[in-house]
Amino acid sequence: MRPTRNENPKSEHKNKVKHLKKKHSISVAITGAGGSGAVTTGLMLLDAMSRAGFYGYMSRSAGPQIRGGESAVMMRFASQPVFNTDDRFDVLLAMDWHKVERFADEIPLDSQSLIVCDENAGEIPAPLLQNGAVCRALPLSKTAKSIEGGRANMLGLGVLAILLGLTEQAMQQAVRATLGKKGDKVVADAIAGIERGMQFVVAGTQDLRLQPKSTAQKRWNISGNEACGLGALRGGVRFVAAYPITPASDILEWMAPNLEKLGGSLLQAEDELASINMIIGGSFGGVPSMTATSGPGLSLMVEGLGLAVTSETPVVVMNVMRGGPSTGIPTKSEQSDLNLALYGLHGDAPHLVLAPLNILDCVFTSEWSVSLSEQLQAVAIVLSDQSLGQSRLVTDPPDYAGFNTRRVVADASTQHYQRYQLTENAVSAMAIPGTPGTTYTADGLEHDERGTPSSMAADHQQQMAKRSRKLAAFDYGQHWAHVDGQGGIALITWGSSSAVCQEVAERLRDSGMQTRVVALRLLMPLNVQALQGLIKDCTSIVVVEQNMSGQLFHYLHAEQAIPARAVSYARPGPLPLRPGDIVEFIIAGVQADE
Amino acid sequence: MNEMIKPKDYKTDIKPIWCPGCGDFATLSALTKTLAFMQLKKEQVSIISGIGCSSRLPAYIDSYGFHGVHGRALALASGLKAARPTQTVIAVGGDGDGFSIGGNHFMHACRRNMDITYIVMDNHVYGMTKGQPSPTTEPDWVSKLTPHGSGIRPFQPLAIALSSGAGFVARGFAGDPSGLAKLIFEGLRHQGFSFIQVLSPCPTFRPEQKLWKQQVQPWPFDTTDDPVLAASRIHADEGLTTGLIYQRELPVWQPGAEASDTLENIEQGFLV
Ligand SMILES: Cc1ncc(C[n+]2csc(CCOP(=O)(O)OP(=O)(O)O)c2C)c(N)n1
Ligand code: SF4
Repeated sequence: MRPTRNENPKSEHKNKVKHLKKKHSISVAITGAGGSGAVTTGLMLLDAMSRAGFYGYMSRSAGPQIRGGESAVMMRFASQPVFNTDDRFDVLLAMDWHKVERFADEIPLDSQSLIVCDENAGEIPAPLLQNGAVCRALPLSKTAKSIEGGRANMLGLGVLAILLGLTEQAMQQAVRATLGKKGDKVVADAIAGIERGMQFVVAGTQDLRLQPKSTAQKRWNISGNEACGLGALRGGVRFVAAYPITPASDILEWMAPNLEKLGGSLLQAEDELASINMIIGGSFGGVPSMTATSGPGLSLMVEGLGLAVTSETPVVVMNVMRGGPSTGIPTKSEQSDLNLALYGLHGDAPHLVLAPLNILDCVFTSEWSVSLSEQLQAVAIVLSDQSLGQSRLVTDPPDYAGFNTRRVVADASTQHYQRYQLTENAVSAMAIPGTPGTTYTADGLEHDERGTPSSMAADHQQQMAKRSRKLAAFDYGQHWAHVDGQGGIALITWGSSSAVCQEVAERLRDSGMQTRVVALRLLMPLNVQALQGLIKDCTSIVVVEQNMSGQLFHYLHAEQAIPARAVSYARPGPLPLRPGDIVEFIIAGVQADE
Repeated sequence: MNEMIKPKDYKTDIKPIWCPGCGDFATLSALTKTLAFMQLKKEQVSIISGIGCSSRLPAYIDSYGFHGVHGRALALASGLKAARPTQTVIAVGGDGDGFSIGGNHFMHACRRNMDITYIVMDNHVYGMTKGQPSPTTEPDWVSKLTPHGSGIRPFQPLAIALSSGAGFVARGFAGDPSGLAKLIFEGLRHQGFSFIQVLSPCPTFRPEQKLWKQQVQPWPFDTTDDPVLAASRIHADEGLTTGLIYQRELPVWQPGAEASDTLENIEQGFLV
């Protein structure tokens, strides 16, 4: 059994938690039925806030309808970079009450929260008011009708603009950037609606205005899926084969036109069995290749991944995780494919498993994965998830990592070319079809150094050792983890939970509890020694992840990377991990130890 | 000037695992003959296969090759052709590999119509796993796994290829190696996906296929480009006539354009 702690700490803990200072940020949610424009409104607000000099994070949630169902956007703004959702929301702009209860869990409100809604929308559903949120009903739709081309969501956006202290100028720019393609009339109508909305007086509310850091800086507005695609292109990927699946398809949709511009190509496969084998073919042909998928697709690819391992064909698989198992929850996030990525392959099949730590880091981790895969002629599985992939970030532009991505390629007419030659670093030169004098047949059968199929024990042992050693002996440098802070408390985490843990650590430090965060970017091979060194003096070690069974926790134990006193904080999706809950959990543990 | 390439130049020193009398030897030699006839350089050719006795073929030809997993030869070949269009890509395998576990890829490769030649050595049996029925096996053929026969009618690969959109549909016979070489030559010359079903006896598990020598007949018609006519002829046939049944020029799918932009420019799109 996995050691866990009391999940409902006593009220004394709660009191202490309340006093912890929080990062100064504002959280805004917008909900509405299909056609109400909730998502467009959110995108415009994100754009306007970034023009006003703020950083932002926007995740989204939708009902099961394919098109036109109810949807919600959840945003957080701050003067410094933000990468995750907060514990609660300051403002909810509800365009209507259509199935809004569906989102109540995702949009926690409290007595400090403000609900802005349309006065004609009817009675507010009770779950939204149960924690004492204040509601201001405004004549949004009625006023919209009175102005030409007026839409209630634009008036609502105007109200948010006033509350957040946005200027008319920022709003106009945001409208042009978001709706410009739809023509001047649409833009003018939207601006008129917003400016009318900005005239509403919302009485008796808190000051929600943030201090902008600087408006001069160039900011990017990017989703995690786009960032994964971009990192792959930076890494040199020029061939993609994939089968559509939520929430990974946007990677493909972003890459398709851009690959073409760079002289590469994307092939829509008939299924994932095809897509993995297609990229093995593309990579065998000398072109860095990848696919993107989610759990059900990764499951189908597993046999192909083994082929890439044995034939030493570099491929990258971006797996954007969603709630599982089976079809699970296609539109919502969970970090529950770690076991599959680590252990899914049959035989002893050394490969790389990586995870981006936040949306911005998707660029870096994706590029690094391609680079490692190419250099080591290895399979790299990258574990992103829906909360990264389908959320947007306003951020400083990512740095250039500038990795050396080239694979070792055999020169024409190499004497006595041996594809699987045993070498010093266990990486052997790959001959690219078209090169004279180095013909060979790649094989998923065990083989000797030449590539000739062999069932001899000596060949199997040598080649297995080669495939294992090339990954184990490689110097991955500092990138294997993002390490931050020091002290008696250690949070070990991975992937999208990393941003939440950073915030947890900041809150703990603010209250005098020194905390170290170790966010693992390279999960396999695991840097056991370095990890052990980083946590050896910590009295409280918590492994944080978003799945039910504590997949990372068990893996770290199996690798003997963590001591018996480490505890697991594992919660399944689809609700995001809340920093406040983790702070409570840790304080409860620390006090129990005292 | 370079010397002429001879068929034996394509032979590797790896000894085939095949049983004596296996039909797959004929496809191997028909292939090396054709490659030599076309004077294709070793490095220009990639031979891709799945798993099965027949799928062992790439190791026996000195060109680039990939012996992949069961059923996925066409997927791997398609990825290779998309990424490296200058290669002559030939996929090979058995009837189990191509029509059972790989059936979906077969249909979609026909439909996609990339410039790939696909040769299926069809022995109406799973040879490698020691004698089970395949999608082309007769329903009353008894095996350990199917003591009363499979009871399932065989499917017609030529009809499937045709209806899936292939533009080159042919059947050859291992007992007629020069006829087979000709078909492979036509297939390699054809622009787009070319499908060649080779009747390739398995003397070990289907000894009765020795009779094919007497039963196989040349196709009594000229090649047509009319899919309706081709379909009716295929359906009227018993499955043992050989020749190029249908050929039609269809749009070939091949991605890949010249680069028209830089990544730095593309990244500008993220600027607020
Ligand atoms: C995924 C998977 N399932 C099953 C097998 C076992 N297997 C190997 S070859 C084969 C059938 C081969 O039959 P066919 O393709 O007709 O080729 P032949 O041996 O007759 O040339 C099977 C079922 C396998 N290798 N992989
Ligand atoms: S079992 Fe049949 S198909 Fe396989 S090698 Fe022997 S004769 Fe050929």
